[in-house]
Amino acid sequence: MQRVSSLCLCLVLALGITCADAKTFRYGYRIDPASLDPHALAETFTLSWLGQIYEPLVGRGKNLELVPALATKWEQPEPKIWRMHLRPNVKFHNGEPFTADDVIFSIGRIKAEGSDVAYTVTAVVEVRKIDDLTVDLVMNRPNPILPMQTTSTYMMSKAWAEANGATKPASVKNKVENFATNNANGTGAFKIASRQVGVKTTLIPHEAWWGPKEHNLTEVVFTPIQSDATRVAALLSGEVDMVYPIPQQDAARINATGKHTVLTGFELRTIFVNMDQKRDELLESNVKGKNPFKDKRVRQAIYQAIDIEAIKARIMGGTSHVAGTMVAPGINGYDPKLDTRMPFDPDASKKLLSEAGYPEGFEIGMDCPNDRYVNDEKICQAIVGMLARVGIKVNLLAQTRTKYFEKILSRNTTFSILGWQPLSYDAHSTLQDVINTPRDKIGTYNVGSFSNARIDQLTDLIENEIDPIKRQALISEALTIHKEEIGHIPLHQAGLAWGVRKGVSVVLRNDDSLELRWVKVED
Amino acid sequence: MGSFVVQRLSQTLFVVLAAALTCFVLMRYVGDPVNNMVGQAASLADREAMRRNLGLDDPVILQFLRFLRDIVTGDLGISYRFGVPVSKLLLDRLPATLELSICAMLVAACLGLPLGVWTALHRRSALSQVLLVLSLVGVALPTFIIGIVLILIFSVWLGWLPSFGRGAIVPLGPHWTTGLLTVSGLKALVLPSITLGLFQMTLIMRLVRAEMLEVLRTDYIRFARARGLPMRTINYDHALRNTLIPVITIVGLQFGNIFAFSIIVETVFQWPGLGLLVIQSIQFADVPLLASYLVLIALGFALINLTVDILYAAIDPRVRAGLTVSRAGS
Repeated sequence: MQRVSSLCLCLVLALGITCADAKTFRYGYRIDPASLDPHALAETFTLSWLGQIYEPLVGRGKNLELVPALATKWEQPEPKIWRMHLRPNVKFHNGEPFTADDVIFSIGRIKAEGSDVAYTVTAVVEVRKIDDLTVDLVMNRPNPILPMQTTSTYMMSKAWAEANGATKPASVKNKVENFATNNANGTGAFKIASRQVGVKTTLIPHEAWWGPKEHNLTEVVFTPIQSDATRVAALLSGEVDMVYPIPQQDAARINATGKHTVLTGFELRTIFVNMDQKRDELLESNVKGKNPFKDKRVRQAIYQAIDIEAIKARIMGGTSHVAGTMVAPGINGYDPKLDTRMPFDPDASKKLLSEAGYPEGFEIGMDCPNDRYVNDEKICQAIVGMLARVGIKVNLLAQTRTKYFEKILSRNTTFSILGWQPLSYDAHSTLQDVINTPRDKIGTYNVGSFSNARIDQLTDLIENEIDPIKRQALISEALTIHKEEIGHIPLHQAGLAWGVRKGVSVVLRNDDSLELRWVKVED
Repeated sequence: MGSFVVQRLSQTLFVVLAAALTCFVLMRYVGDPVNNMVGQAASLADREAMRRNLGLDDPVILQFLRFLRDIVTGDLGISYRFGVPVSKLLLDRLPATLELSICAMLVAACLGLPLGVWTALHRRSALSQVLLVLSLVGVALPTFIIGIVLILIFSVWLGWLPSFGRGAIVPLGPHWTTGLLTVSGLKALVLPSITLGLFQMTLIMRLVRAEMLEVLRTDYIRFARARGLPMRTINYDHALRNTLIPVITIVGLQFGNIFAFSIIVETVFQWPGLGLLVIQSIQFADVPLLASYLVLIALGFALINLTVDILYAAIDPRVRAGLTVSRAGS
């Protein structure tokens, strides 16, 4: 097949270019993108993969910095308006020009029922067309981070969506297949040549793409490979040029072949521990009539009983970044001064438990996923062992993520681990979704219902503060309070690992997104 | 004969209904699909609304009746995960699994049968003993380990065969695709077929051997020998033919098992068939897809058994006679 297809390609290319120019890049990831509809599911991998085909107004560069994409310039003429100057001469894959009307249509589609990415533009109440290449995003309140929040807010063609009955996002509620689920028409550097859901997708470069060509690819073949062992074998046998994620126990073996390299980095997702601080009596505990987690000394005792360095060395193979705060390096708002941990000290921990009135410790239940985060179940088992040493008996329930999220999101949980990566790459998301007092659409993932009025207030201020320096001070203040209160116990950011064949160069970005436009196949 | 078929048919229908209900009740325990269908930004209220919209809040029995109604009208629903009609997904994936299962069965039968005969005829040879020990390994080793070891040897070390996927496929008609017509498609079939067929092969080999030994001890074989017939005629014409009857029954019934075991093999080899689809759907709690798949599998098994029953009745008059007697008695 490989030979046949490159032969075909050669025949096609023989018209103009020589065959040596045909460069196919084959890569594999754990799963297939859930849909080709850029507004159907806000899932990190799906959005990152669709970013090769569709583009946002403001994009991200190699170090996650904001860079011009479909907008060449963005400014705030007044606090409640973001003015976007659109890039001229941009063409969709089907050849139609990209204009202000497509922006208005796309944002409308994103706000429509069935869209899962509406959160990126909640603040936007109106999109005003100034001219064909200028739009104003009008907001109900000042929002300094809109460009950051919308780097995965992709633009779709109005004419194409209307012609194909895809003016609303795909939604299973409608019980019909949406054209945009399996077809795509973006402005990105690559377009779909063929796709078999869950099996294989072939992409080819979009010849009319506006950007400078940094890649040298003529064809890209993407295959989801679910089993870790098979994924690594596919790389080692040379059937693919790159796979990710690489299980850390295989990294050394892959490097040792001399034909492959493992690139590493840290995830932007922080893994942390939740403790139910709301109920007056815990659900799964032998302590009756009171909730030990309401006592800060107990929370601190648990914190100091966890030997995070041991978890890093023994479970994460030394690849993780130990976390002292809830926000990862690389996220806007990260404060290195806060990224230090209280020392591991089981004796101090026992003393704190005695002071709090639990000299003999107590018993609690713990929830843990076993297929969501890197080594999630092993981390939980280690914590169970570490807490046992200070007298806290933990009954672990590790289960598949579907069951796990069902349980913790219904708040039927006492003690659990969870991970959070802000989709906006901004600390505000961590504060709003994980740390704020749960109410309405806020604090959805604050499953332990930690609550601090000052942090809630600061979060609102952070949302509207335009001055970056003042904003950082507010974020640091909120995270400092959270750290002192031990609202959650941060653990680490797991290591990222990509396996690449020698002769292929890719850019590892810390959001685990492979950008095809920076891939080069040398031989 | 007609009433026999009607009776069996109604039993089959009952079995399929019972299987469907069991699957549907079990589906309560795969978890909440809604959390997989929305991103992390969806609020609890949004999730609740979606659950209500999908009818996941309704009593199980109501959901089951709705599901039955849809199935009877031929509508298997939309997959939660792919947003594509379930019937299309299942049809698209069926060829891959069917081809793999048939190839695996061929591997099992074409190797198991001669090996079984050979070990029966050369009971005392050292090679027979080695083969028997090896067949024990085949029975004992889990499928996924065999698969991974084969990948390591033939893909990673030797580089002869692909480690994943189906190779190049050729469309035949609107839904059918085949990998049997391309070199890479055939190469891709080798390792998964061996992995999937190995257990069945050892089973067939041991079964043939035991049956053969049994038959070789019978009187008519002894008389044939006494009459001075050539050994080849005795072994292959008389003994083997009588051995084959139970073996064919087992092979037929094991085909269902191969179909089911393909879940593991398809995961190891990233084989884009029904098994891989189902394992991913379980992780996602894709209820419409899982329910349809399980009902179809139950239907398939029931139909195989029905066919076997009817064939038995047609071949063996005693089965029919027994039926008449039992009815007379009641």
